[in-house]
Amino acid sequence: MSVDNVTTAATTPEHPQPYRDLGLRDDEYQRIRDILSRRPTSSELAMYSVMWSEHCSYKSSKVHLRQFGDKKPHTDAMLVGIGENAGVVDIGQGWAVTFKVESHNHPSYVEPYQGAATGVGGIVRDIMSMGARPVAVMDPLRFGPLDAADTRRVLPGVIAGVGGYGNCLGLPNIGGEVVFDPSYAGNPLVNALCVGTMKHEDIHLAKASGIGNRVILYGATTGGDGIGGVSVLASETFDADGPAKRPSVQVGDPFMEKLLIECTLEVLHAGLVEGIQDLGGAGISCATSELASNGTGGMHVWLDRVPLRDPSLSPEEILMSESQERMCAIVPPENVEQFMAICRKWDVIATDIGVVTDTGRLIIEWKGETIVDVPPRTVAHDGPVYQRPYHRPAWQDALQADAPTADRLPRPTTAAELRALVLRMAGAPNLASKAWVTDQYDRYVMGNTVLAQPEDSGMVRVDEETGLGVAVATDCNGRVAKLDPYTGARFALAEAYRNVAVTGAKPLAVTNCLNFGSPEDPEVMWQFAEAVRGLADGCLELGTPVTGGNVSFYNQTGTVAILPTPVVGVLGVIDDVDRRTPMAWGEDGDLIYLLGDTRDEFAGSEWAHEVHGHLGGMPPAVDLAKERVLGEILIAGSRDGMFNAAHDVSDGGVMQALVEMALRSNVGARIWVPDDVDPFVFMYAESTARAIVVVPRDEETRFAGMCAMRGFTASRIGVVDSRLDIDAIEASTEEASNGAVPAQLLQLDNVHGETLRWTLDELRAAHTATLPAVLNA
Amino acid sequence: MTTLLGARIGVVTFPGSLDDRDAARAIRFAGGEAVELWHADADLKGVDAVVLPGGFSYGDYLRCGAIARFAPAMQTIIDRARQGMPVLGICNGFQILVESHLLPGALIRNDHQHFVCRDQRLRIENTTSVWTRDFDFGDEIVIPLKNGEGGYVADEHTLDMLEAEGRVLARYLEVNPNGSYRDIAGLVNAQGTVAGLMPHPEHAIESLTGPSTDGRPFFTSIIASLAAGVRA
Repeated sequence: MSVDNVTTAATTPEHPQPYRDLGLRDDEYQRIRDILSRRPTSSELAMYSVMWSEHCSYKSSKVHLRQFGDKKPHTDAMLVGIGENAGVVDIGQGWAVTFKVESHNHPSYVEPYQGAATGVGGIVRDIMSMGARPVAVMDPLRFGPLDAADTRRVLPGVIAGVGGYGNCLGLPNIGGEVVFDPSYAGNPLVNALCVGTMKHEDIHLAKASGIGNRVILYGATTGGDGIGGVSVLASETFDADGPAKRPSVQVGDPFMEKLLIECTLEVLHAGLVEGIQDLGGAGISCATSELASNGTGGMHVWLDRVPLRDPSLSPEEILMSESQERMCAIVPPENVEQFMAICRKWDVIATDIGVVTDTGRLIIEWKGETIVDVPPRTVAHDGPVYQRPYHRPAWQDALQADAPTADRLPRPTTAAELRALVLRMAGAPNLASKAWVTDQYDRYVMGNTVLAQPEDSGMVRVDEETGLGVAVATDCNGRVAKLDPYTGARFALAEAYRNVAVTGAKPLAVTNCLNFGSPEDPEVMWQFAEAVRGLADGCLELGTPVTGGNVSFYNQTGTVAILPTPVVGVLGVIDDVDRRTPMAWGEDGDLIYLLGDTRDEFAGSEWAHEVHGHLGGMPPAVDLAKERVLGEILIAGSRDGMFNAAHDVSDGGVMQALVEMALRSNVGARIWVPDDVDPFVFMYAESTARAIVVVPRDEETRFAGMCAMRGFTASRIGVVDSRLDIDAIEASTEEASNGAVPAQLLQLDNVHGETLRWTLDELRAAHTATLPAVLNA
Repeated sequence: MTTLLGARIGVVTFPGSLDDRDAARAIRFAGGEAVELWHADADLKGVDAVVLPGGFSYGDYLRCGAIARFAPAMQTIIDRARQGMPVLGICNGFQILVESHLLPGALIRNDHQHFVCRDQRLRIENTTSVWTRDFDFGDEIVIPLKNGEGGYVADEHTLDMLEAEGRVLARYLEVNPNGSYRDIAGLVNAQGTVAGLMPHPEHAIESLTGPSTDGRPFFTSIIASLAAGVRA
């Protein structure tokens, strides 16, 4: 039977169309009819429905996201701003960096391995389509409780998918997060971040300019991936015995993606390409309408030329297919032959499917019939925009009033209780070693990884001659965001900013992945609006512009939304990676300093969560001016060689930070609790704007002067000491010392008049046992 | 023509090779000239030795290294290797050498079924090969290991022969990361010229980016060997 073409559509206005099944509302469908002055063809309906979906059009979030532009701090670093596939930042020496984080939450729940794998693939193509070489990935991941049955289904698959795709693609995985919380049990969050580098002159944009230029589709063939939703159209046009079900999850082929990267970089560097766009969500619909809309304005496409891996696909399905590892390039006719030759070299299929025109229309033909004839801008950019209603939840006040004060949440009071608590916290799922996860990722490939997990941020060398490099960290504490979404977004920003600064890199730019529940729930919408406002205000205060990001709504189980989770990624630059500050302390006698002030702040803390399962109160105060000063100290100290090590203080407070530093270096230390603070508060409070730095003795005066000049609190809390046990054995009686093997110790003095000691072996055992005990079971 | 100091070492890029740039960098660090070779090109550009880098050649479809073996470049390399040209296969390169029957045995899925990336301790047990002469026997080194299919297997007879002939190049210490028989991490042919190694020495040439600089002697060894007159 013939396809639904524009002539038929014009003469059959009453033909019923399943627009509601495609997610379009009555008024949206009417708007399409108004734009076209007729009913849409089924192919046009497919295009509009997917391009006007929440996922592609940002129709619920757009009005809020504008703040990222409106409140943009002044900076000379932005080369390409929001709106392109990914923002581009100048890092000096003629180099530019692009980075972005995206969600792949829902597919990863349905099919963990492929969902996670194609999440990596999609973000890598975004980076590639800016003209950059992808150089690193990282994955912020959130799951239900570690011991929940479904976590054991989802987590191993997600990790294997991230690793399987990224490892095969040859991109080092240098960081990310693994967080457990009951709210993610039915809706895990799988976010994927990619960083790419390029010379300024290699920046490319997604636009189809130049009448007569060819539209070339290259990469994988097109199959029935990810078009589950369009099957309602297929069932209209197909015979009853045609393929009934289409899969809604895409399947990735990292080998093809690797070829696509090398092939794309070669055609870009050869100067053959006018514009370029990746095919991700909404596939050919998205690529053709966006390229045309951003360029000269018209395009003519012969859809039947698209190479198919399933010849039974209908034109609607081809337009919607989310088959992976495909790109679209706009190539001047005189370059086509050379373009094709490079594709052949890499065994990449390339097909001339269309031409750039000046008609102002996107016209798509199928076997001689016109099945699409639309103004491309109405598809790609002029979708509906909603001012969704929102209001502060009624329960917010009660939640904030439920403060974790000592009288309401019992705290450990004796030295023995505190000793046990340290071991428990070291092994708490959210604080425990994530080596079970990260050991499945290749962190070495490309040979430029300077820092990788469990360091505070991932750092890669960009220029092997000069040592120029970039650092990236992602963070979010969803519990804090639930207590107060405005503060929660700033809290996440502050932590990611600090994690970059701790390594010695100067924070430059911000990306985000805003994971929330349903935008149709006014309380969720309020969380979203507040988080965006908080992040935009925070970025203005810190002088770090938002270069791009992603919104993921409808993350909920039934009517229960996930914790509001605005994941914030910060990118920083370091002139010479040789001067980075690692987290492992080194030399005996080095002084351990705590920077910043510790207050009795436990709302949203890991202690309240782990020990009491409690969430309530006002979150720790966020003071971005202080964060900025702390950042200056961390960067200056790194540049001037004042630090042998540094580590961010956040989840699990000072004590967990010290445990992590000791285990990373395998060297002991002696710490004393300052007289003016309660030991438990000192150990586990989660006040912001703090870091631990390790200062060589001969730098102490200069360091203290630097902090004093900036009016920043610096407290000497300890000293690196590998001989604690040796000294103890030597000082003990002969029989005790006989044959004793000295251990590395972490010692905490002045704890209610007592001294606490842990061997690093027992801390390590507690820290590393948690994930394997559950996941290898 | 090659000069005494101008060791020219080829690095083959297959579709899906990932550590080719790293191998080239390691060769340059050691003082050699790294020459890019392309899988589809049978011409080896007159190189004195070849490194087959890590990665997932041809997507590791069918079986790791099984398709790469038939690449035009490999046909020349197999012929020349049989005539004495030094070849080092790292990770996927090791798999290709095994598939090419230049080395015995096979590499199979890790026994624990996961991809593993870790800093691995090894003991060097052959210091006569052209790739390990700059080590001392029994040297313990730490270099990255990263593989999904790195379990070395062979029949008992072959394993006994490898041991008897001193052809085990390196053995895993502390942890056997992939279930390799007899903890074998690498081996060499009877002539001491064709070596396969599952861990990655090319990722351990700078302390900045690797866990150590323990990988360097593999590359200085070949340059010294070539200077001493080992030529194909």
